[in-house]
Amino acid sequence: MNASLTYPARQAASQNLATCSTCGLLSRLPPNASTRVFCPRCTTPLHLRKPNSIARTWALLLTAYLLYIPANLLPVMDSTSLGITQKDTILSGVVYLWTTGDQLLAVIVFIASIVVPLVKLLSLTILVISVQRRWRWQSVQRAKLFWLLDLVGKWSMLDIYVATLLVALVHFGTIKLAEADNGAIAFGAVVVITLFAAKSFDPRLMWDSSEPDDETV
Amino acid sequence: MQENMQSGAPVNHLIACPDCDLLQHETMLAPGEQSRCARCDTVLGRRPYGGIDRPLACTLAAVVSFAIANTYPVMALQLQGHRIEATLIFAVEKMYQQGMPAVALLVLFTSVLAPALRLGTLAYLLISLRFGYAVPSFGRLFRLVQEIAPWVMIEVLMLGALVSLVKLGHVATATPGLGLWALAATMWLLATISDSMDECDLWQRYEAAFGDTRVRMEPAR
Repeated sequence: MNASLTYPARQAASQNLATCSTCGLLSRLPPNASTRVFCPRCTTPLHLRKPNSIARTWALLLTAYLLYIPANLLPVMDSTSLGITQKDTILSGVVYLWTTGDQLLAVIVFIASIVVPLVKLLSLTILVISVQRRWRWQSVQRAKLFWLLDLVGKWSMLDIYVATLLVALVHFGTIKLAEADNGAIAFGAVVVITLFAAKSFDPRLMWDSSEPDDETV
Repeated sequence: MQENMQSGAPVNHLIACPDCDLLQHETMLAPGEQSRCARCDTVLGRRPYGGIDRPLACTLAAVVSFAIANTYPVMALQLQGHRIEATLIFAVEKMYQQGMPAVALLVLFTSVLAPALRLGTLAYLLISLRFGYAVPSFGRLFRLVQEIAPWVMIEVLMLGALVSLVKLGHVATATPGLGLWALAATMWLLATISDSMDECDLWQRYEAAFGDTRVRMEPAR
């Protein structure tokens, strides 16, 4: 395995050097690394790049896209008022908030539950494609995009927490006025799987296709 | 060492950016300074003021406030003489009883177990380092602290509680409980812990406690 042929010269990987993901120590991998190699300081397994990053990210992304459909079509919450049960999906919940006068709340829930998961899925897809197509442009912007989607991802859990708290509070003895519905399962799964997808993507791959003369420092 | 295990050879004075893998010289930082990657602007190293004492103090305070957040009700609802108070665990239990074990488990993990695991492990590691004890599996435990960080969602839970308060306010009298204030304190402390953590100093203390076991090597040409 001659790593220096596959990576541009300024990448640490071109010299068979790996950064520890836990403690940040830079180590030289043994030239005939057929076995697992560990960080000499903190014993974390060392890799030049995350293993099977692209395949794993694609698999998780496709699963998340698939689950995104029931997450938005199935009701997440059934609320009963005056004997009438109303089933709300994420979107109809937002519409309900908007029409009952809580515009600010509606915007917050809309961004956290609908915009964030979709933007995260789409931008991660673009990043994976950019690596596969070996795009060389806008590397810094793509790096910033990855940093951003990593930061905002968890906020889509908002609706799950709201449902949990409402369900716990709105019941009187045996009478339940609010119940969580199956959409919540799909929705939670989308959040978790998207988190794993972002974790399995290795942003260093975006820089592996650049030539030395492309770079400006 | 077992035959299927090999350890890398540490390279001194050089680091690679964790986000773009650009090889660059390690810079010595003064307290308050930080270094960034020359190519992609990712923060490479930070030296916050306060050394290890500040993150340690915040971690211990967060352990206390998080314990309070889990024992006292997060919010209460009053309707026609009925009063219902809900702690986090009670809310998770209700979700479980409604036939939603997966969702209940997700909430339990992200709002109770993950923060508890992060804070507890961090407190153990920081106290040991502060007083110069060598923790046998320090590397593995520190890795746990880092890997679990994305699953700690206290700040999202806080926003969720505020949204719930407003929503419930339409049908009944909803009031925040002591647990919610403690949760807010925990959220702030968790952010302060991350901000004040000097990882460079942490690993130096670790090596001092253990004796430097690293093999010294000349920087790569």
